[in-house]
Amino acid sequence: MVGWAIALHGGAGDIPIDLPDERRIPRESALRHCLDLGISALKSGKPPLDVAELVVRELENHPDFNAGKGSVLTAQGTVEMEASIMDGKTKRCGAVSGLTTVVNPISLARLVMEKTPHIYLAFDAAEAFARAHGVETVDSSHFITPENIARLKQAKEFNRVQLDYTVPSPKVPDNCGDSQIGTVGCVAVDSAGNLASATSTGGYVNKMVGRIGDTPVIGAGTYANHLCAISATGKGEDIIRGTVARDVAALMEYKGLSLTEAAAYVVDQSVPRGSCGLVAVSANGEVTMPFNTTGMFRACASEDGYSEIAIWPNN
Amino acid sequence: MGGWAIAVHGGAGIDPNLPAERQEEAKQLLTRCLNLGIIALRSNVSAIDVVELVIRELETDPLFNSGRGSALTEKGTVEMEASIMDGTKRRCGAVSGITTVKNPISLARLVMDKSPHSYLAFSGAEDFARKQGVEIVDNEYFVTDDNVGMLKLAKEANSILFDYRIPPMGCAGAAATDSPIQMNGLPISIYAPETVGCVVVDGKGHCAAGTSTGGLMNKMMGRIGDSPLIGAGTYASEFCGVSCTGEGEAIIRATLARDVSAVMEYKGLNLQEAVDYVIKHRLDEGFAGLIAVSNKGEVVCGFNSNGMFRGCATEDGFMEVAIWE
Repeated sequence: MVGWAIALHGGAGDIPIDLPDERRIPRESALRHCLDLGISALKSGKPPLDVAELVVRELENHPDFNAGKGSVLTAQGTVEMEASIMDGKTKRCGAVSGLTTVVNPISLARLVMEKTPHIYLAFDAAEAFARAHGVETVDSSHFITPENIARLKQAKEFNRVQLDYTVPSPKVPDNCGDSQIGTVGCVAVDSAGNLASATSTGGYVNKMVGRIGDTPVIGAGTYANHLCAISATGKGEDIIRGTVARDVAALMEYKGLSLTEAAAYVVDQSVPRGSCGLVAVSANGEVTMPFNTTGMFRACASEDGYSEIAIWPNN
Repeated sequence: MGGWAIAVHGGAGIDPNLPAERQEEAKQLLTRCLNLGIIALRSNVSAIDVVELVIRELETDPLFNSGRGSALTEKGTVEMEASIMDGTKRRCGAVSGITTVKNPISLARLVMDKSPHSYLAFSGAEDFARKQGVEIVDNEYFVTDDNVGMLKLAKEANSILFDYRIPPMGCAGAAATDSPIQMNGLPISIYAPETVGCVVVDGKGHCAAGTSTGGLMNKMMGRIGDSPLIGAGTYASEFCGVSCTGEGEAIIRATLARDVSAVMEYKGLNLQEAVDYVIKHRLDEGFAGLIAVSNKGEVVCGFNSNGMFRGCATEDGFMEVAIWE
């Protein structure tokens, strides 16, 4: 197999099979729109790094996903967004955390990669860097949506950290653990085998102020090298402990597994059940999207014409 | 082999002109920290507790770049970071942007033990520290005259300067003449910080690792390096415990600490082979070093930089403190 491929996700978690149409359809439409955008960009010869950034920006602009506009709120009712991006060929990468006014965190992560001698900038200084480089910022109230305020209120009432996609309701949640995990990500490979990955998130509902998850941690939420590109989603703390994104590449590199085998191994063995999903592409155009949660908002396409948009397992 | 083992480091990449008295001071501190760890291990203290104990000692002494004596940001403040990992269940904790907590490694431990998260940073981490009742000091506690002078020099040279603890004149000379290679448009030598770390395997074969740093001199406010990143600067598993130091950005790209364990798990290499492999193959143009212990009581130090401040000891009586090859 050879050719371009792209995969993107909008989070993995306990997405109920009976998710109402008014919640499912907008997300499926967004996935289709973002996938089409990515396909067009790849077909027109854009580098995978540009494609990954473009798609994640689009996901960040969509209020139904937990990144950018739809970011969930901290314990103090603020947003603290984070993102990272990585180029497979050079392994150059950039990451940001603690953003409150930057419209597209993924583009700031790219700027950190390209315009600073560092890889990772966070909080006030990352915001100052954004302003110094003319990156679009808005008042932080832009990110505070009524739906996320309701989610935070519910999470506080039940004294736990929560993830998005939960339907705000007076009912006590069935499981007191994290029910759903929100993050967005995109991985892409072009016909020449160049790879890139990008991930962005608002974190957990009711997370402690200053909490950093897996998304900006290179090797955990995002990784790309000459073999593959990975973007992971789920319970951030488990993804960090499992160094999920890097481990897919390590299994290919050190154990000689294929992309599909490596990704399945990590999702099945390296993290607890119900905690993780990922999207991955390889240098020769393979694509895979495993998860061990109830569902994962996902979409992919490859040059051979294959295309998929789905939420739950294909069964 | 079998039994406990411990290693400590105080940074990789050392100016060949480092004065003899500075070398001796470093060796004495490493020896003292090793002995502290050895006493604890002989008393059956767990690996994770020994790691925290030893790194606190390194953070308290201003000789290396962590805690007191941390490198300064472009604004003359400190922003410290640390991480700790317990190999038995791969539990971990990390902190960044710490300005008033006396021992960042203990705050990282509390994040691991007492919060639902793995990583807290900046004002949120400081708030958590106060709620947990950890010892807080003014930012001035961390600032030393040496570092104020170093920051001034770095600003004049418009570079991000490593801390070699040598007279300013010599340091500028070293940076200018010994570092023609550039990375990200800056002399490569400036990237070598004197981060501290400790790795331990206890008598039960449990591994743990920790790393702590003040980061780069004259770094941008809000810069996060490799030290708090699990998988990059610190990693521990059932197989081994690893702490890295050197060019943080290269360590991140390489996921250096994680890869020692990965090649042991996936390639079946032993500790020495794994360390040699990652130092040789995983770093691109970067210079770095690492210390590692295995669940079999082995200890290995590896680096491709010019020297690394390090010390190690094993239950069978072996002990070594060294700087150069």
